[in-house]
Amino acid sequence: MIDVFFQYDFLRYSLFTGLMIGFLAPFLGVFLVVRRLSLMADALSHITLTGIAFSMLLGRHVTFFSALNPVYMGMIFSVGGSLLIERLRFVYRFYKELAIPIILSAGIGLGVVFISLADGFNNDLFNYLFGSVVAINQTDFYVVVSLTAVVTGLIILFYKELFFLSFDEEQAVIAGIPKMPLHFLFMVMVALVIGISMQIVGILLVSALMTLPVACAMRLARGFKQLFFYAVLFGEISVVAGLVSAFHLDLAPGGTIVMANVLLLIGTIILTKKQSM
Amino acid sequence: MNTHTNTPAVEIENLSFAYRNQNVLEDISLKVPHGSFLGLVGPNGSGKSTLIKCILGLLTPDKGAVKLNGVPVKKFDKWSEIGFVSQKANSFNSGFPATVFEVVSMGLYGKVGLFRFLRKKHKEKVREAIAQVGMEDYTQANIGQLSGGQQQRVFIARALVSDPAILILDEPTVGVDAKSVSNFYTMLRELNNEKGMTLILVTHDIGAMSEYVTDVACLNKCLHFHGDKHVFEDNKEEMMTAMYGHEVNLLEHNHDHGHHHHHHDHDDAGRGQE
Ligand SMILES: Nc1ncnc2c1ncn2[C@@H]1O[C@H](COP(=O)(O)OP(=O)(O)OP(=O)(O)O)[C@@H](O)[C@H]1O
Ligand SMILES: [Mg+2]
Repeated sequence: MIDVFFQYDFLRYSLFTGLMIGFLAPFLGVFLVVRRLSLMADALSHITLTGIAFSMLLGRHVTFFSALNPVYMGMIFSVGGSLLIERLRFVYRFYKELAIPIILSAGIGLGVVFISLADGFNNDLFNYLFGSVVAINQTDFYVVVSLTAVVTGLIILFYKELFFLSFDEEQAVIAGIPKMPLHFLFMVMVALVIGISMQIVGILLVSALMTLPVACAMRLARGFKQLFFYAVLFGEISVVAGLVSAFHLDLAPGGTIVMANVLLLIGTIILTKKQSM
Repeated sequence: MNTHTNTPAVEIENLSFAYRNQNVLEDISLKVPHGSFLGLVGPNGSGKSTLIKCILGLLTPDKGAVKLNGVPVKKFDKWSEIGFVSQKANSFNSGFPATVFEVVSMGLYGKVGLFRFLRKKHKEKVREAIAQVGMEDYTQANIGQLSGGQQQRVFIARALVSDPAILILDEPTVGVDAKSVSNFYTMLRELNNEKGMTLILVTHDIGAMSEYVTDVACLNKCLHFHGDKHVFEDNKEEMMTAMYGHEVNLLEHNHDHGHHHHHHDHDDAGRGQE
């Protein structure tokens, strides 16, 4: 079943990219979930759509942009969005979560304006919304490889600081841990990972890949390191199962990956019925 | 640490602080010499936690200054020399999946520094600190699944693990059982006597505290007393009435609003807990 993925280059790129985002998305998702920022991934993925729409609109008029993968513009937008959310969280200090719906709706609003300006984008847009098994070419693949290396390296390097900040921000600040720079660095990484993940999973479902595997892992893990282990394990299982079934059943991979995730989640909830969270 | 024996560990000069319009601390001056063990007492809402937060640089005073080892707080950077157990230690998210070992390790992160990892000797220190508070049977347990008192002990271990020169404890024994409290005080006294650690302990447990500390400070917006514990003991009655008994009168002296003000105090205290 899976061997067909090794026969064609484009499928092989998709599979390897899938494996990398199956690792990266839950890896960063762990910090988002424990900091109660799960919805952040949703807001950022919607801004990514705005960026993509903007790039496609420019592509109609400027040749440079028609050759460029719109996802890169999406990533730029999503990094910008993450910085804006931080500012807004500071403005609404007592209702921090307000920043997320504000940016989410602003992003969609602007995106819809871009889309209508360009008289709709038909098929391409469908792929960005729900993912595609064949979206990855060689250049994209190398971008994904380098991003995976950089993000993994940074997380390992700053693991202890990010862990401390997530657990108890006040104490971490007293211990002299540089909160703001680390927080910005983290948000930028999330924005970039959303950008690369959405080519396969699609914008509407990318946040699921950051949170559902972590939700499964939460039921099983006793410590923080175990949480990473289980989250990545569930992420990888669902990506592989989702990609293979998407190809064979001719479905959008976003849907199958998330459904695989949901099945895993139901399984772990049943298996760990006795605990409550 | 003991290189500057003449510089106090903590020095507060004419410090005033207000939350929005409510004055909480007025003209506090206080020196905590190295090697002393200060008990800080006062009624609810008297500004003890606020003073501690000013010492730690979490709040910036409106007037006056705080120095740690002679260095102004803003410029101080050796935070690993300072241990802190907060009054709201349980404010962490109790569903957080971290083991006791992982939580106590955090106490070393500042000392180990950026771009470095915990080594074997650090892990050994973590185990020692866990044993010091009698939690060795729970090393791999999930912090959220411990009782309140057990969690508090873990946070105490986290503050102790980096061998701080100054240890600040804001009501650390809330929810800890009576026997463990006296063990804990004994442990603090040993740290103070044997390692020369400077301690500041905020507590309501005035009876038990005065057996262990060297100095006492009584706070209720202003500093009513600061000095040797024997002097405190001799004038205890007076101190108590000054601080607790005629609290409203005292406030009237220092403030125009009288009873109204007292009510405000309680309202705000509720909000402050968030
Ligand atoms: N974040 C805050 N915002 C506004 N007012 C606050 C805040 N925190 C505390 N206060 C007010 O400052 C005053 C002093 O509070 P503080 O927490 O320092 O008292 P405390 O002496 O530590 O009391 P307790 O014994 O109850 O711990 C209280 O009247 C409280 O209402
Ligand atoms: Mg207090």
